[in-house]
Amino acid sequence: MSPARTVIDWLEHRTGIESAVKGFLYEDIPASAGWHQIIGSMAVFFFVIQVFTGAMLAFNYAPTPGEAYNSVKYIMTELTGGPLIRGLHHWGASMMLIIVVLHMIQVFIYGAYKKPREATWMVGVTLLLITLGFGLTGYLLPWDNRAYWGTVVTTQIASQAPLAGPYLLRLLGSQGAVGNVTFSRFYALHTVLLPPLTIILIGIHIYLVRKHGVAAAPGDTAPKRKFFPEQVFKDTVGIALAFIVLFIMAIVAKVPLERLADPTDTAYIPRPEWYFLFLFQFLKLFKGSLEVVGSVVLPGVAVLTLFLIPFIDRGPMIRLGKRTFAITFVLLAAIAWTGLTTAAVVTTPKNQESADETETPATETPEAAPASAAASLPATDVASPSAGAAASTPAWQQLNAEELAGLGIFKKQGCTGCHAGAGQKGIGPDLTKIPKEHRTVAWLVPHFKNPSQIVPGSVMPPVDLSAPDLNALSLFVLTLTPQNEAALLAAPDFATQGAQVYQMNHCNACHQIDGVGATLGPALDGVGLRHDRAWLEKHFADPASVSKDSIMPAYKFMPMDLDAICKYLLQLPKRG
Amino acid sequence: MDQPNQAQHAAVDVSPTRRAFYIGFINGAMGLIGLALAAPAAIYLLFPPKLRKGQDWVKTADLANLPTGTPTEISFERTRVDGWKVTNVKATAWVVKGPYSEVVAFSPQCTHLGCAYHWDDPSHTFICPCHASVFAIDGKVLSGPAPRPLDRFMTKIEGGKLDIGPVEPQA
Repeated sequence: MSPARTVIDWLEHRTGIESAVKGFLYEDIPASAGWHQIIGSMAVFFFVIQVFTGAMLAFNYAPTPGEAYNSVKYIMTELTGGPLIRGLHHWGASMMLIIVVLHMIQVFIYGAYKKPREATWMVGVTLLLITLGFGLTGYLLPWDNRAYWGTVVTTQIASQAPLAGPYLLRLLGSQGAVGNVTFSRFYALHTVLLPPLTIILIGIHIYLVRKHGVAAAPGDTAPKRKFFPEQVFKDTVGIALAFIVLFIMAIVAKVPLERLADPTDTAYIPRPEWYFLFLFQFLKLFKGSLEVVGSVVLPGVAVLTLFLIPFIDRGPMIRLGKRTFAITFVLLAAIAWTGLTTAAVVTTPKNQESADETETPATETPEAAPASAAASLPATDVASPSAGAAASTPAWQQLNAEELAGLGIFKKQGCTGCHAGAGQKGIGPDLTKIPKEHRTVAWLVPHFKNPSQIVPGSVMPPVDLSAPDLNALSLFVLTLTPQNEAALLAAPDFATQGAQVYQMNHCNACHQIDGVGATLGPALDGVGLRHDRAWLEKHFADPASVSKDSIMPAYKFMPMDLDAICKYLLQLPKRG
Repeated sequence: MDQPNQAQHAAVDVSPTRRAFYIGFINGAMGLIGLALAAPAAIYLLFPPKLRKGQDWVKTADLANLPTGTPTEISFERTRVDGWKVTNVKATAWVVKGPYSEVVAFSPQCTHLGCAYHWDDPSHTFICPCHASVFAIDGKVLSGPAPRPLDRFMTKIEGGKLDIGPVEPQA
């Protein structure tokens, strides 16, 4: 006896596994069984693919709204084989759904759900619903705009359910908004609850198929055949072909990953996954108070009808050719589905940013805006009279003192480490392309204080600064444009330090630079044309000594600060 | 009694050559599919991520504040690229300044199994509390299971400050 045989015999004797497997494989099937019955096995195979690739993804996925997006991006851009694994999971989900539906259509048009196979059918319908549930919950997990907005719509539809709506909404954790709670529940459903449930139901489904035997065609009295190897061979051919299609899809077709979910993005046009588009479009047929009919009532009735089909169609099994009603019904349903889906696709305007972002895998711009939004510079909500100043002056001279102080803070805080500037690859987004709705001090300051709270998923560390400094930093960031960024970042240290000294000492409480500040003292634009360094130093030490009747108090600066503020003031240009 | 019934597997309606072809195809196709899943998964799990660099050099203590001849534990912050996240982590080093202001910075983990060791002044040695490895002030192993001397950070001195870099590659 070969060693393998010895091992198998040992196992068989202890567990009975060999006879169990053989009992399964050498099941009798009707002579009329054949190619049309391979789809069920294919569905099981695709479920296995989903479990495997899902587990692989979970090894590098962080299931919180704060980090999910970054971890998916990490899988897509930094891990070898990551896009392939995610591609298999993403397209596998779609293919699994197609296969499950085809399996159901096959059973339906053959009438294989008839007595005594009603329970098999109903378990099958439940499995279809679970497959849809996988799609729905998995859709949220990348936490990009598409995921977020798609789920917002889904949960709102659930909330329209008569009576149960508010409870469903609470169950989904989405009263108020889709956020942490909804995310965790979807994740738990997708990875913890649904997979074992599916395994159990597949087990019951197969057990029932075995219990009643594969449904034979009416009048098939030929001697039965064995499931193995001929039918298994046919199943394998189907599985192999489908797998080749899936593998090619995973390599060739890009899995979308859009911008990070942004609840403030008012321009985003949410769309569900393709297989839900028909429902989405169907809903549009119902207006006003009838909406709930399209969103909940009719889909509910449809699902219920699907469950009850074996009790509605109770006649004996008849030949396929005579099941004209069933075939017509499937054809009509297919036409309706195709029509609705096409209409939904045709009427969907392209999301500008999704096109941009999905073409090039975003490597460093979780908060970055579409390039188009950047065109709307300069920031209109910030007093920035310097924006139109002559281009011949150094870039820093076009900033007022507060903005320039902000630049100093920007450099000192090491912001350039992540926001490296034009054409440079940094971890952080390009600051010249901040979305329009974030171009306010009111948005930026809280964001600096706690980035990940304002932008879920942001890896930016909190900026721990005083309120005036945060304000200055915000004002500076708002002056950045693709044209001036490089020049501003190269601004000399004396200018930024001088401006910071100027800000820290509240010089603007009396003086103006570039129209910003009070007019108690003289404006300081072009002060270098009126005075020299020695005069300034003397003036700081004792204003009245060089400027009679001056009410300015004396300032005793540290030598470095004195140097910086003098150089800064002396270089201020004269303004018209 | 558990012997499977041999008559059962004789296919009633398939010739032996067809049967062999079917079984060959099933095994071959399933094997290839398994390979097509296992190979990418292995690459995905085993290949290191494409390099994203953290901060290499960190300014730490003032050289003037370090005592001469006595190891001092200094702590500093450095950025660490951890999967999909860049974090600021607190790091420490045991620093020994020599009489000519030359500085050695040891990585704070025992070279045996990575426990944090400490300086024991009375015995003038580094002692690891886990498995009693003992190191001299220059990092050499004096006793215990440690397989090699203490790892050193690269160091340089700039503007009176000690800069700490990555761990020196082992010779």
